Amino acid sequence: MNVQAMAQTKRQGTGDAQTLMEIKDLRIWYRTTRGNAQAVDGVDLTFKRNEVFGLAGESGCGKTTLARGILGMTKLPGFVESGEAIYYRSVSDSSSVGRDLLTMPAREMRQYRWRDIAYIPQGAMNVLSPVTRIEKQILDAIYEHSEMSKEEARARMFECLEMVGLETTVARMYPHELSGGMKQRVTIAAAISLRPGLIIADEPTTALDVNVQQVILQELKEITGQLGLTLIYVTHDMAVHAEMADRMGIMYSGQIVEVAPVIETFKEPLHPYTQGLISSIPVIGGDRSRMVGIPGNAPSPLDWPSGCRFHPRCPKVMDICREKQPPMLEVAPERFVACHLYPTPLSGAAPASEELEK
Amino acid sequence: MTDPKDNTAVLEVRNVSKIFNVPTPGFEREYIAAVDQVSLALREKPAQIVSLVGESGSGKTTLARIMLGLTPPTRGQILYRGKQVSDLKKDEWWDFRRNVQPIFQDPFGIYNPFYRVDRALDMTIKNFGLASSQDEALALKSESLRAVDLRPEDVIGRYPHQLSGGQCQRVMLARTLLLQPKIIIADEPVSMIDVAVRMLFLNTLLDFRDKYDISSLMITHDLATAYYMGGPMLVLCFGRVVESGDIEQLIDKPSHAYTQQLLKAIPSPDPEARWETRANVKITDRPLTHEGDKCVYVERCPYAMPICSQRRPPDYEIEEGHYAACFLYRDKPERRRTE
Repeated sequence: MNVQAMAQTKRQGTGDAQTLMEIKDLRIWYRTTRGNAQAVDGVDLTFKRNEVFGLAGESGCGKTTLARGILGMTKLPGFVESGEAIYYRSVSDSSSVGRDLLTMPAREMRQYRWRDIAYIPQGAMNVLSPVTRIEKQILDAIYEHSEMSKEEARARMFECLEMVGLETTVARMYPHELSGGMKQRVTIAAAISLRPGLIIADEPTTALDVNVQQVILQELKEITGQLGLTLIYVTHDMAVHAEMADRMGIMYSGQIVEVAPVIETFKEPLHPYTQGLISSIPVIGGDRSRMVGIPGNAPSPLDWPSGCRFHPRCPKVMDICREKQPPMLEVAPERFVACHLYPTPLSGAAPASEELEK
Repeated sequence: MTDPKDNTAVLEVRNVSKIFNVPTPGFEREYIAAVDQVSLALREKPAQIVSLVGESGSGKTTLARIMLGLTPPTRGQILYRGKQVSDLKKDEWWDFRRNVQPIFQDPFGIYNPFYRVDRALDMTIKNFGLASSQDEALALKSESLRAVDLRPEDVIGRYPHQLSGGQCQRVMLARTLLLQPKIIIADEPVSMIDVAVRMLFLNTLLDFRDKYDISSLMITHDLATAYYMGGPMLVLCFGRVVESGDIEQLIDKPSHAYTQQLLKAIPSPDPEARWETRANVKITDRPLTHEGDKCVYVERCPYAMPICSQRRPPDYEIEEGHYAACFLYRDKPERRRTE
């Protein structure tokens, strides 16, 4: 694997102060009666400060396991098999201290959670306690992870509710009095309450309407800019990524297959899986030809296919794909792909588009 | 598209309203029209896929439940082959149950996790007496599974948790296919399955229309999905159909402010064409609307006029078959309301 090279190039390109988190060869497995389900299996990623990183992939590819893993919330039967997730807490504007979140004692990890890394889970309706007022739920999180006084915490809570466009009267309400969109905003307000450096949002708008989705996405993006934090946005909805992301990572079968800036991802997807994902987005207007999607089913994490994990479904499969796992290579500046179609760096854009036409 | 005198309609909804009693802070009771004088028809020949688009809380699911005969409407009629569903005799009721089939949103929620998935198929075969022997039943099952692009050996004998969401949802389609219904009422069938697999499901629904003459009511919040399916579309806003017509007409010339807003809010899969303006939609609770009241969209509408809060806008015909319930089109002919 070209892990080191990748990390190296990143570091040179951006400088340490720009790097917020580095994930190195992370493997999170689940123990099952039929062996280990390798849900996340060798992920290398680097997140920069103040960016929106979109993580895409179909369900079961390990997106959520990865997101929760970074937070150190992996619970049995899941376990971290190997790897590091180094979080760089900034000390001043130019220096930062990196600590591996995965080997950190639980007590210390609590210091990082919420204060540095917040999480907006999937399905906001289900994360709020139905028998507790909104204010108590947010305040509890603040008290638990900071030393704020009562007054400060309340002021902060109201400030956060206002930031996400909620009236302060919401604080006294119970979750059932709120609509889905409002509940989602409450979880966002709670997530930003301690001004974390990183927010991981796992499919926060899947259950919402397009209108509400637009409002929430725009708010999230605005808050990200205002507070200068990094947002890792996990969803399978490529159109949302197109609206939100600065850079994108495409995940398939527990691995990252492509990382690139969002424009390149959509304009010139390199990995055949990315190409399939992008071509199966229904578009309004245009001709209504029959789309095929990506044929076949996602493989089982208990038994990944040999070689490249996408090869059974890949339209461009070659002999080498069945035997050898493709390494992650930087084929152009800031563009990484793990596919045997691209053994050497792309020389300009022209040869790549030729490759695509075939 | 909902001509009341048209009798090719298999299932027709006429001026249906469903009023719910909602508690408010304080002691007064309020009433909310979850579905407010909606009319629509599903025809048999030619089979078509009608899309019903609207955000959550717009009454989509309530309407689906009314059409399936699961919830009685407060007012209005649901006609199955010209007869009121509530008046059907026992054998007619069975015929209705067989010919109008549901597909629900959550592919896992509909299976009992303790039973194998093919039990859903077995029970259907048993209840409707579709097969006279075990072998025949197995052959039927295999055939219907193949018709929805599933391999029988992948599905038969498996438990729901062993299948993916897309597979579960297609087993539901296979179950539907066993009965060869006339109408499928699909309530958000693809919102919980992956993009790559979503196409397979939608294509199956298209095949049903083309090969087996099965009409569908496709309830969705995703305009792009509705566009892919083609056919007539109704836009539901707080219980009322605010705009209806062929989907091409609606996309070309969205006339109601709500439809325009919906179209604007869809994230486009092009990172170079991002939303330019900030959405100025207030996320509020749905307004408490009553039948015959003002326009439901008046609070959010950028074109709101005094008349909008005085009475309910009737449907104006913008062009042939394209209606919008909005006073902006007062000069256009009004659609005659049917009683």
